[in-house]
Amino acid sequence: MATTLKPVDAVIVGFGWTGAIMGQQLADAGLDVLALERGPWRDTSTDFATGFAQDELRYMWRHHLFQNVSDDTLTIRNNTSQTALPMRHLGSFLLGTGVGSGGVHWNGQIWRFLPSDFLTKSHNEQRYGKKSVTDYDLTVQDWGVTYEELEPHYNSFDVLCGTSGKAGNLNGQVQPGGNPFEGSRSAEYPTPPMPQTYGPTLFGKAAAELGRHPFPHPTGNLSQPYVNNLGAQLGACTYCGFCEKFGCGNYSKASPQTTVLPYLMAKPNFTLRTECEVLKVELSPDKKQATGVTYVNSAGEEFFQPANIVILSSYILQNVRLLLLSGIGTPYDPATGQGVVGKNYAYQTMSSVNVFFDDKLINPFIGAGALATVVDDFNGDNFDHSGLGFIGGAYIAGMVTGGRPIEMIYTPQGTPAWGKAWKHAAAKNYLRSFSLSVHGSCMSHRGNYLDLDPTYRDIHGRPMLRMTFDFTDNEHKMSDYLTDRAAEIAKAMNPREIKLNRRIGSWSVVPYQTTHNTGGAIMGDSPANSVVNKYLQSWDVHNVFSMGAGAFPQNAGYNPTGTLAALAYMSAQAIVQQYLKQPGPLVQA
Amino acid sequence: MDKPKLDRRHFLLGSAVAATAGVAGALGAKVHDGELGAPPRTYQGGVPWQEGLADAPPGVSGTDYKFFTAAEREFIEAAVSRLIPNDEVGPGAVEANVPFFLDRQLAGPFGRGDHYYLGGPWAKGAPEQGYQSRFSPAQMYRAAIGAINKYTHANHNGADFAKLSEDERDALLKDFEAGKVQLEDGVDAKAFFTMLLQNTKEGYFSDPIYGGNKDMGAWKMIGFPGAHYDYREWVSRHGEPVPFPPVGFKGRPGWNSET
Amino acid sequence: MRILIRVVLVLIVLGIIGGAIMAWNLGRASALPSGPVTSVAAAKVITQPIADGPNAEQLRRGQYLVRMGDCLSCHLRAGGEPFGGGLGLNTPFGVIYSSNISSDPTNGIGNWTPDQFYKAMHDGIGGRGQHLYPAFPYPWFRNLERDDDDALLAYLKTTPPVAYKPPGNDLIFPMNIRFMVSFWNVIALHDAPKSQAPADAPPDWSRGAVLVRGLGHCSACHTARNLLGADKKGHDLEGGVLDAYVAPDLTGNQRTGLGRWSVDDITEYLKTGRNNRASAGGPMGDVVTYSTSLITDEDRHAIAVYLKSLPASPDTDIAAADAGSMKRGAAIFSDACTACHLENAVGQPTLFPPLGNNAVAQQNDPTGVLHIILAGMRVGPSPTRPSPLTMPSFAWKLTDQQVADVTTYVRNSWGNRASPVKADQVAKLRRKLDLVNVRLTDNSGDQP
Repeated sequence: MATTLKPVDAVIVGFGWTGAIMGQQLADAGLDVLALERGPWRDTSTDFATGFAQDELRYMWRHHLFQNVSDDTLTIRNNTSQTALPMRHLGSFLLGTGVGSGGVHWNGQIWRFLPSDFLTKSHNEQRYGKKSVTDYDLTVQDWGVTYEELEPHYNSFDVLCGTSGKAGNLNGQVQPGGNPFEGSRSAEYPTPPMPQTYGPTLFGKAAAELGRHPFPHPTGNLSQPYVNNLGAQLGACTYCGFCEKFGCGNYSKASPQTTVLPYLMAKPNFTLRTECEVLKVELSPDKKQATGVTYVNSAGEEFFQPANIVILSSYILQNVRLLLLSGIGTPYDPATGQGVVGKNYAYQTMSSVNVFFDDKLINPFIGAGALATVVDDFNGDNFDHSGLGFIGGAYIAGMVTGGRPIEMIYTPQGTPAWGKAWKHAAAKNYLRSFSLSVHGSCMSHRGNYLDLDPTYRDIHGRPMLRMTFDFTDNEHKMSDYLTDRAAEIAKAMNPREIKLNRRIGSWSVVPYQTTHNTGGAIMGDSPANSVVNKYLQSWDVHNVFSMGAGAFPQNAGYNPTGTLAALAYMSAQAIVQQYLKQPGPLVQA
Repeated sequence: MDKPKLDRRHFLLGSAVAATAGVAGALGAKVHDGELGAPPRTYQGGVPWQEGLADAPPGVSGTDYKFFTAAEREFIEAAVSRLIPNDEVGPGAVEANVPFFLDRQLAGPFGRGDHYYLGGPWAKGAPEQGYQSRFSPAQMYRAAIGAINKYTHANHNGADFAKLSEDERDALLKDFEAGKVQLEDGVDAKAFFTMLLQNTKEGYFSDPIYGGNKDMGAWKMIGFPGAHYDYREWVSRHGEPVPFPPVGFKGRPGWNSET
Repeated sequence: MRILIRVVLVLIVLGIIGGAIMAWNLGRASALPSGPVTSVAAAKVITQPIADGPNAEQLRRGQYLVRMGDCLSCHLRAGGEPFGGGLGLNTPFGVIYSSNISSDPTNGIGNWTPDQFYKAMHDGIGGRGQHLYPAFPYPWFRNLERDDDDALLAYLKTTPPVAYKPPGNDLIFPMNIRFMVSFWNVIALHDAPKSQAPADAPPDWSRGAVLVRGLGHCSACHTARNLLGADKKGHDLEGGVLDAYVAPDLTGNQRTGLGRWSVDDITEYLKTGRNNRASAGGPMGDVVTYSTSLITDEDRHAIAVYLKSLPASPDTDIAAADAGSMKRGAAIFSDACTACHLENAVGQPTLFPPLGNNAVAQQNDPTGVLHIILAGMRVGPSPTRPSPLTMPSFAWKLTDQQVADVTTYVRNSWGNRASPVKADQVAKLRRKLDLVNVRLTDNSGDQP
């Protein structure tokens, strides 16, 4: 039987980026805060020190920092006619675990979504007609929050991370050197952009020649040392080329460890427990309020932790599963379109173009997670979609995250995957090749959703989450169009040859694409179309707040972290300024 | 290290898989990699730290083989020498000590399938659903090597795979890659090939601490400096060769001699 | 003849005591809280505002003196409550545990009279009339004014009572006989001579002298010990070696001391635990966390002014480094150290110290720098700079010879000059730090 613990003001379930941000905000408001993390404690000098952080085998291929799927996985299928089977090995996405979680092994790509991204339904409907948002069974929605409302909170995250970049739109004025398409920023980036290496520089030149608008990627790999608003310090990046899938050994990548924990862990009213997995959010008999959470630790002991506020800040797949297991909200039914929990699961539509030179040493090992020159001319609704047959878009980045040889050796079209020809191609091209990344949006679709698997159960006997997902024609058309745009720039770089890696066929769990899973606990303006309101508060259980990209009604053509962090800040502000004074729904249904 | 009371490894592998494991230490995992393995802890009052503590890489020592039988080792050498052959451009997989790397990987947590979900029920599934075997990697290698030799016995006059000519081996490997060969004993030839090729490249290009990439020969071949961390001075030196010799976690020759 | 025998006996006893005291002074640094938890939250207790009341002024003063005296560094054990004591100081002769100085009447000093407290602070006599071991720095605290002692006690009596009884000391004979300390007191305990301000001293020089010589008890670590474990005469603040740590030279020596530091460098270091030249780790990290980061700018300035007035320690002859060692060391440095210290060891200001003209690297005794390389070092968190930036341990990665070579290289590059290091010195320290076998985390799970 579960042991009942001393009540706390707020319990935080999962201690990655949003858990850390909520912990800091709520502890600063004087609440007694407890965070529960199912993975272990991790910190820079002991767990990803410079002396061993650059380990491609251990981290990328042996998943040392990732969620261990032997403990907990999900089942997957492309459509409802298939039987979902367990994801037996990580591939397409690399889930985090442990303190800092994905915030430890991310690339540090810090984006804001476009103002029009928050109005996917109404904006496209207005510009391209009703059909544009219902074709292909799309189920896109407006977010219920605007860019303008989120802007101060985007800014809070930039100040926390010390984001390196160049503003393209400062208080409505377009700025040279930045992204002219971005929403208006209230402040310049805290630190200047990273100096670019050869590949991104060549990309920028070629893009500009084509009339595009290249700018340096905004990044949490810092260009110079920085002290944030909490006094936490970050160093300047040394371009070691081991960001994504790795922890940063020299404090130069923004992470919960570098930006929040030094401050938060020192607060007397904050406690963290590791190796504790929350099984369920417990509800009052009328199901209108959470009473706390039940969790089990690695010693197999079960506890009930009473709490006035429950913050779900685990990864979206886990958040959605907890909502379903706890009976919070109505599960989505793709057959009827009714229900909301699990609805509008989406992903990211990735493709790339490889560029091969004879005469130029790219030196790809000089890299960083967000070391790139980017064009945003074909993202969101930055271009006219009339007659194109799709909505959405992508940024195109000439990017060098590193030159890790097991994963990142590019070989020309037609090269076999092994044997002498492969080896010679690897030896010839490694230092002289480069990749353009096409980072596409993914609209939501009636048949893409999350629910509980009827067959497979986890170690605790709970049903696994079941993911039903495939790319729709909208995504394929968008991706093809964007990959062609990338190829134009690639050719303008005057290489020996290029290779197009298009997004072809159904979604597969095997090749790594990106860990940008979204939706399932979406936000919106009414309980009929969403799980949470714009403050990420459950419509059904007012003291449960569900963080993360699960709130995205569909995914934009950017990395999600900046937006999910901004949403967390906005939620925290609403809790502190409104909810604590008068607990109850922050938005009337 | 405390042994957790809830040992998920035992639970998951339970009877069905573990019984056929045939891998020393398959049930020996005390702590899980990643989560729910270390003892539960409460942190309060500050960021913890302890002198001298490091989650140091699980490097290997010695030269003895722990997993492969002599016959299996022959198979592996015959296969990986075709996946990455030796020539003047750079070392082959055998010359880079990839078979030893594979042996130690399969004898350890990777071989046990510490990061694989191996519970049932099992179904073949669509290619998009990825790995659906009930085998851990160690079980997969053992079963596949046996099944492939059975196959060559039947189709190549009773010869082991290792005894086939280079061309014959190349042809067979291509067939495995294309999923054209049906093997016995529940082995999916294509799944095994995919795993073998991936692991071979891992052994070829990973840090020498894991037993492969001998003398950092594979890194030298492509021009990767290895575990060097600071390239700040080279960021703006576009197109220039970077002079750092390859280095592994445990160093390079220059650390120990003056040459 | 009998007199001679008596004298010899007394000398033998004194020798034993002196040796033992020296040994525990040598041993104590390793027992200072270098882990597993430096409770930064505990430091907040001693900065909590004190409400207005009849003796608020005295309490505030007492609270400030607790910060200045760095009481928490010792009177707090990992996982314990502030002032509850129980921190074990390992010595070769056993373990001494810090006492409970909270307001608890049974276990702490809640029932103490001001006279009792004064005797402890001034003469090293405990509440039950027993001799305190000079691990408690009464040789420095005796320089306080009586008013200050009274304020300290008044404040400590307002701290939350901690119902915790530290374990009894676990010392072997003869160190377990407290009376022996009285011999030590006779020989080693003196009233500090009044410091004489130099003619051109800034106005806060005298304040600095009082703080450094008194409550700050800087020389407890930063002055070498003599055979009796007392300050070595004539080597005032020239640096000391405490077990596996080195407390650097604080004199004006350009190489090993503060000669290159400005007053502002020192104040920034004391306030934040880090500046453009060095970071405070090990026991000094705790001093920053529990003391110098919590005192006033004026007092930090006074300390800096006073330290800057100390004449340079004499330099010593330095053997030349072996060319092979330098070459190997350069290779190791470029691969293993530049991630933070960068090529040419320029470092990153306030994050990763530059190593050129670095005093810690150039201490005559390399123990400190070897300790940092083998075991790692964490910078003491402070309210304005909470990041506990940490140099990782290299014990698992580098052999004794490699550590020796890279240390020799660091000590003799970029303007540095210091004695070369041999592999056996590294081996010895590695054993002492218990790092012969790799010390893994318990969350690893992927070891073969």
